[in-house]
Amino acid sequence: MKLTKSLKAQAHELANIERQLGILSDAESIGVAPFSSKMAEIGMLPLKPTALDIFQVNVGKMCNQVCKHCHVDAGPDRKEIMTKETMQMCLDALEGTSISTVDLTGGAPEMNPHFRWFVEKLSEMKKNILVRCNLTIIVANKKYYDLPDFFKKHNVEVVSSLPYFSARRTDAQRGEGVFEKSIRALTMLNAVGYGVEGSGLTLNLVYNPSGAFLPDSQGTLEAQFKKKLRDGYGISFNNLFAITNLPISRFLDYLVNTGKYETYMEELVNAFNPEAALGVMCRNTLSVGWDGHLYDCDFNQMLDLKLAGNAPNHIRDFNLKSLNERDIILNQHCYGCTAGAGSSCGGETI
Amino acid sequence: MADTYYNPEDLAKFGKVTDWQEELGKKFFDYYGSVFKDGALTAREKSLIALAVAHTIQCPYCIDAYTKDTIKKGCEEEEMMEAVHVATAIRGGASLVHGVQMMNKANEMLM
Repeated sequence: MKLTKSLKAQAHELANIERQLGILSDAESIGVAPFSSKMAEIGMLPLKPTALDIFQVNVGKMCNQVCKHCHVDAGPDRKEIMTKETMQMCLDALEGTSISTVDLTGGAPEMNPHFRWFVEKLSEMKKNILVRCNLTIIVANKKYYDLPDFFKKHNVEVVSSLPYFSARRTDAQRGEGVFEKSIRALTMLNAVGYGVEGSGLTLNLVYNPSGAFLPDSQGTLEAQFKKKLRDGYGISFNNLFAITNLPISRFLDYLVNTGKYETYMEELVNAFNPEAALGVMCRNTLSVGWDGHLYDCDFNQMLDLKLAGNAPNHIRDFNLKSLNERDIILNQHCYGCTAGAGSSCGGETI
Repeated sequence: MADTYYNPEDLAKFGKVTDWQEELGKKFFDYYGSVFKDGALTAREKSLIALAVAHTIQCPYCIDAYTKDTIKKGCEEEEMMEAVHVATAIRGGASLVHGVQMMNKANEMLM
């Protein structure tokens, strides 16, 4: 079924965060141990940060796509957009810290009217800048056609979702025609040097399963993606990140609707890997919401699980010391990051 | 006993066969695990072979398991269906090649 509206615009019951948290907490009744007790078993409760190194900013929920698995519930009908003032607060917070990487996400972050200004300012601060670009935005409108050159100018690392190397599975997850547009955008990125050996311009792709199953080995998938995209379309890229779908928002809706929620949770729990738990991204990441609120990760952000204890809750109150001392908020969806080889915004964690 | 001979939930209980004979069961699963690791053939190629064999022996558990496994390993729909056609060709061919035996016998009988 083609998805054209966000859950919010549909007034869907899962647009209500309390309802999502209700389903997740019901996990105990289906025999899934609380994630916190699993972490306690391996001596990792409370879960503490290591050192903050990635500053992830969600600059808005507006997107030109409506993907079936989207944990943000993003889409063209979402109007939540970060203001320039909040971006300035982010810049102020970053000033004088040793945080090396700023990871920009959305929605389609490029749709924020202050996106380019923000990237320019971050570039002046010599930060490593990551942009989670959905690819199709590059070919969506003439005003975005120069994005590859803009990214290149600021040495932005481009991270783009492409769940499969064929149209069938990609379009089923991300919308009709997305694969063909993604290939066009990748060709444009390659043309300015992105993903091309020796260029120094990084283009990483993100794979996430097109259904209720865990990703296989990242290395194996990367080799297939490289061969298929090179042989079929002449496209090259640097690395493939394999990311597990977490059971929240639209993916939770898919799981519940197809009767796969229980078996998926079981699969995640059975694949719990203590080594992956050590490397979860929330230990070195801070997630900033479109309105400046602070979270342990983008998933907690979408479940409105704000930072715990005395940690600041808004970017205007940024305080690195108290952030590094906080306890990280855990819930049942965290099983997604500790399953198998682990999962983070940068793919496998072990 | 269930109402049907096959129950999808039984697949997850496969490992329980060791409850009644641990030594042999363990040897089997150790061997099984080794067989499907990357070797001269990749784990992905082995998974496609397993999918074809699953159809040859018409084991619903195996079809379930190796459909999931091949998809997880990034196999395309066309590759999976071609693997089934390989199984079909060999199965069909195995019947048809016996037609030669039939012809031999008939030729022997007839003037």
